[in-house]
Amino acid sequence: MPLLKQRVKRDAEIPSASMADIAFLLLIFFLVTTTIDADKGIYMQLPPPIEDDQDIPEINQRNLLNVLVNADGQVLLDNEVTNVAAIRDIVKRHILNNGREPQFSLSPDKAVTSFKTKRGLPYVTYIEVLDEIKSAYNEVRDEAARQEFGTDYGTYKARLGDDDPDVIADRYPLKISLAEPDPD
Amino acid sequence: MSAHFKKKSAGTKQEIPTASMPDIIFMLLIFFMVTTVLRETELLVNVSIPPAEAVEKIDQKRLIQYVYIGPEKLEGGGRGDPAVQIDDAIVRDQANIRQFMYRALLDEPRTIVSLRVDRDVETGLLYDVQQELREAEALRVNYSTTRAAE
Repeated sequence: MPLLKQRVKRDAEIPSASMADIAFLLLIFFLVTTTIDADKGIYMQLPPPIEDDQDIPEINQRNLLNVLVNADGQVLLDNEVTNVAAIRDIVKRHILNNGREPQFSLSPDKAVTSFKTKRGLPYVTYIEVLDEIKSAYNEVRDEAARQEFGTDYGTYKARLGDDDPDVIADRYPLKISLAEPDPD
Repeated sequence: MSAHFKKKSAGTKQEIPTASMPDIIFMLLIFFMVTTVLRETELLVNVSIPPAEAVEKIDQKRLIQYVYIGPEKLEGGGRGDPAVQIDDAIVRDQANIRQFMYRALLDEPRTIVSLRVDRDVETGLLYDVQQELREAEALRVNYSTTRAAE
């Protein structure tokens, strides 16, 4: 009998009182490191790279609105000197022209806005001009959506199903061309 | 008299049950663990992004590949020449941008390149980077901006 070991009674439970504290610590860590806000900005599609034997498509000059900005931030719109604030209205007139004025586009779906700057231009002005052009398209789309559907374009687009055609975007396609930069 | 005004204390217990506390905390914890994106790279260039009005949100955070362009941070707090940073290293040779983006597109064809460019950087450098992106066929770009106060 003395050989029989006496069993020591231990309770086999893991203490769970500190569980909440551990969870709290982890929670605070993830709370602090989390960044929920998504990135925002101006979305653009770059033109595809030029192949050597590619023909450059001809565009009717009146459908093309050339926006040129020099290194000092001065704007040349179809060979007329303007300022940054005036770009939006002229781009809108260009899109909605429908063949009325001879220097602007024939129809909204043919209108192209070409954007080109000198290499010395500060980025902040580049974004300012691009923002004006994009805003012009947004305003045109907003107005069309309001006339036809009674809401702005963002609400209209949110209501669309996955397979529904976006008639506003089809009618006023976003044709902003980032022109081939000059080598200088 | 005093006994007359004595408040009647309600017979119910005034404790909030705490047994479900760990469960609630765990729920919150799991939510934040799932939404967290930990990799917020250390910036080696100074970037102060410009404001704009016509901004869109990019929801798919996991598709975004950031490219930072701005004056390099020097030791001692100075601002050096403009440089390009991808992930956590400065890219000295611009041909490497093409390589990097090409590989990123192989992994995820829907990649959006988000350009976070300092407001004072000259667009010439931006064009050089964009030419590399075009060669790599990384054509979906986003000019990261803040929302302008209206």
